Amino acid sequence: MVPSYVPLSYYLLLSGFLFACGVVGFLIKRNIITIFMSIELMLNGVNLSFVAFAAHWHALSGQVFVFFVMVVAAAEAAVGLAIIIAVYRTRETLNVDQVNLLKL
Amino acid sequence: MNLSLNLWLIPVLPLAGAAINGFLGRKSSRQAVSTIALVFSGAAFAMALWVAARFSSLSLPYQEFLAHWIRSGSFAADFAFYLDQLSLVMLLVVTGVGFLIHIYSVGYMWDDPSYYRFFSYLNLFMFFMLTLVLANNYLLMFIGWEGVGLASYLLIGFWFTKDSAASAGKKAFIVNRIGDFGFLIALFLLIKHFGSLNFEQVFGSVGAMDPETAGTGLLTAIGILLMVGACGKSAQIPLYVWLPDAMEGPTPVSALIHAATMVTAGVYMVSRSHVIFDRAPTALVVVATIGTLTAFFAATIGIAQTDIKKVLAYSTISQLGYMFMACGVGAFSAGIFHLMTHAFFKGLLFLGAGSVIHTVGGEQDMREMGGLRSYIPWTFLAMSVATLAIAGIPPLAGFWSKDEILWKAYQVSWVYWGIGVVTAFLTSFYMFRLWYMTFFGDYRGAQVDAHGHGRDSSGHGEPHESPMVMLVPLMILAVLSLVGGLVGWGNHFEHFLAPVFGARELTETAGSITERLLMGVSVAIALLGWWLAYLLYHKRQDLPQKIADALGGFYQAVVHKYYIDELYAVFFVKPLVDGSTRILWQGVDRKIIDAAVNDSADGARHVSDEVRHMQSGNIRSYAGWIAAGSAAVLAFMIWMWMETR
Repeated sequence: MVPSYVPLSYYLLLSGFLFACGVVGFLIKRNIITIFMSIELMLNGVNLSFVAFAAHWHALSGQVFVFFVMVVAAAEAAVGLAIIIAVYRTRETLNVDQVNLLKL
Repeated sequence: MNLSLNLWLIPVLPLAGAAINGFLGRKSSRQAVSTIALVFSGAAFAMALWVAARFSSLSLPYQEFLAHWIRSGSFAADFAFYLDQLSLVMLLVVTGVGFLIHIYSVGYMWDDPSYYRFFSYLNLFMFFMLTLVLANNYLLMFIGWEGVGLASYLLIGFWFTKDSAASAGKKAFIVNRIGDFGFLIALFLLIKHFGSLNFEQVFGSVGAMDPETAGTGLLTAIGILLMVGACGKSAQIPLYVWLPDAMEGPTPVSALIHAATMVTAGVYMVSRSHVIFDRAPTALVVVATIGTLTAFFAATIGIAQTDIKKVLAYSTISQLGYMFMACGVGAFSAGIFHLMTHAFFKGLLFLGAGSVIHTVGGEQDMREMGGLRSYIPWTFLAMSVATLAIAGIPPLAGFWSKDEILWKAYQVSWVYWGIGVVTAFLTSFYMFRLWYMTFFGDYRGAQVDAHGHGRDSSGHGEPHESPMVMLVPLMILAVLSLVGGLVGWGNHFEHFLAPVFGARELTETAGSITERLLMGVSVAIALLGWWLAYLLYHKRQDLPQKIADALGGFYQAVVHKYYIDELYAVFFVKPLVDGSTRILWQGVDRKIIDAAVNDSADGARHVSDEVRHMQSGNIRSYAGWIAAGSAAVLAFMIWMWMETR
């Protein structure tokens, strides 16, 4: 039973806010690590809405999804950080605007 | 019940020869190529003779089914053969004359580098011609009809490195297509109204119909369209223009295809369809008119030509005109009779001309000949027989058949007869003109060596007689030209063909006073032509030039074949070429079809040129696009949700 003093919409609004923060950070930041963290923020915003719905509907699948997301996020963090290190070693910068060789 | 004659072997044998020579001939020796070609065409001739020998024991018409071809609903066209008196005559002429010309070609073409190719084509021609003659339905006949056209094209353009030969081949092919167009429409009409192209079924249905006296109708249309086809193949007005150009081919080809056999296919086809023509009087008048006009018109052109083969070409057109005149007045057997005798003497004339050309090292202009009588006595003898035969001097072959035609024409209308007799005079004149110019007087040509060897030359100095392999066919054809007309004695030939054409023609009283009188006129007029040629081209050789000068423009018109080729060029060829170039090529093809393809490609390129700027390499702009896209999808979903609420 969800405590009646915290309605579902609160969780969803918080989740949406976190996700929006992630999107904005992703778009406006130049440092690749910050961008990376913004992605994590978006993932966690979505995770929040998953668990909120799971609690609301008494369904386990939402929680199971969260575990999946966490696993993927962990894997992504491992691979992503490795890539960032590789990029820094070759380009000697973490500014994504200067990592723009892949174009026509 | 008939025994199986295995008729199918007759066309297939030359096809096998063509295939063997065509595929293996390049590496074979000339001897091997000649052996293959002669054995296979000779075998076809032997089979034809064998069939002829058993002919009286057959119940006619003999039909032989080989294989199914097209079966569609109630319509059927099969690989099946049909033998009656008419096919037998054609069969013997094609295989016999064809075989002789094969022998002759061995000598004539011996030095040609494409020896094997020549014989392969020649055998291929035999295959198609025999298919045409033996077919039991119009469709199979049409296969042969087109096939001989193909063989003719290949052989006219045999020396295809020569521009004139290549374009002459194309001209023959294209002009024939025009005729075939008429033929095809006639076939479509037959299918539509009789549901069949089988000779027996069509003629059975047509035979039950009444003659179309009112002038027009289905049968008239079919008849005239068939005649259009025949005009193309048999070089009649207005489609005759290809035949003189076809003389670019090797001379044996001119003899076999463009004199003796292929060009008579139209006559055969019209005669084969006589059941239709009998019931379409208007179509018959068309046939007779075209034939008569062609006979006269071509003869007038023939008298002013100086190329020995061109004279013979116009002569062929003229003689074919006689055959159509015969068909047009309903005397089909007379037409076929003339077809046969013409195959003998015109084949002989061409082979003789080939021998002459061979002798003088490739020269074809009669003004460069003369006095060849003493150099090539055997050729001279053979040519003399042929000239007498075509001129209509009795008792040679041409006299009997031509006189038969003129007599039948007279019975229908004296106009046909009158033009026919004038044409006979012209025929006699231009043939003896050729004879005198070639064989009499003094040799006017340069020494052959000075010519640097024409294409037919085999490297000899003085004019000398052709080899035996060429002379033997000449002699055989000369004998046939001498006595071939005698089968018409006492209407024997007509009686033989009567089961095909019906007995109605036999009602005339043979040997009446009128017939004798007309016969006398024919002979007199032939002798008159001879005398005139003698006078102008032997006795008083200065006269032709004076006459030509006196006639001025008219003479020039005749020399230039009445400018028919030029007229066609202006009225048909040029508009077609211009229309094709400007409208179809520059307009439709370039501006519509090509443009559609090119413009869509250009459009794709321009769009891509713009769109590729999206790939900036800037990660944040990609992220922006993704975010914008997601936002758009989200907005769309919300909008949908609002709509459905």
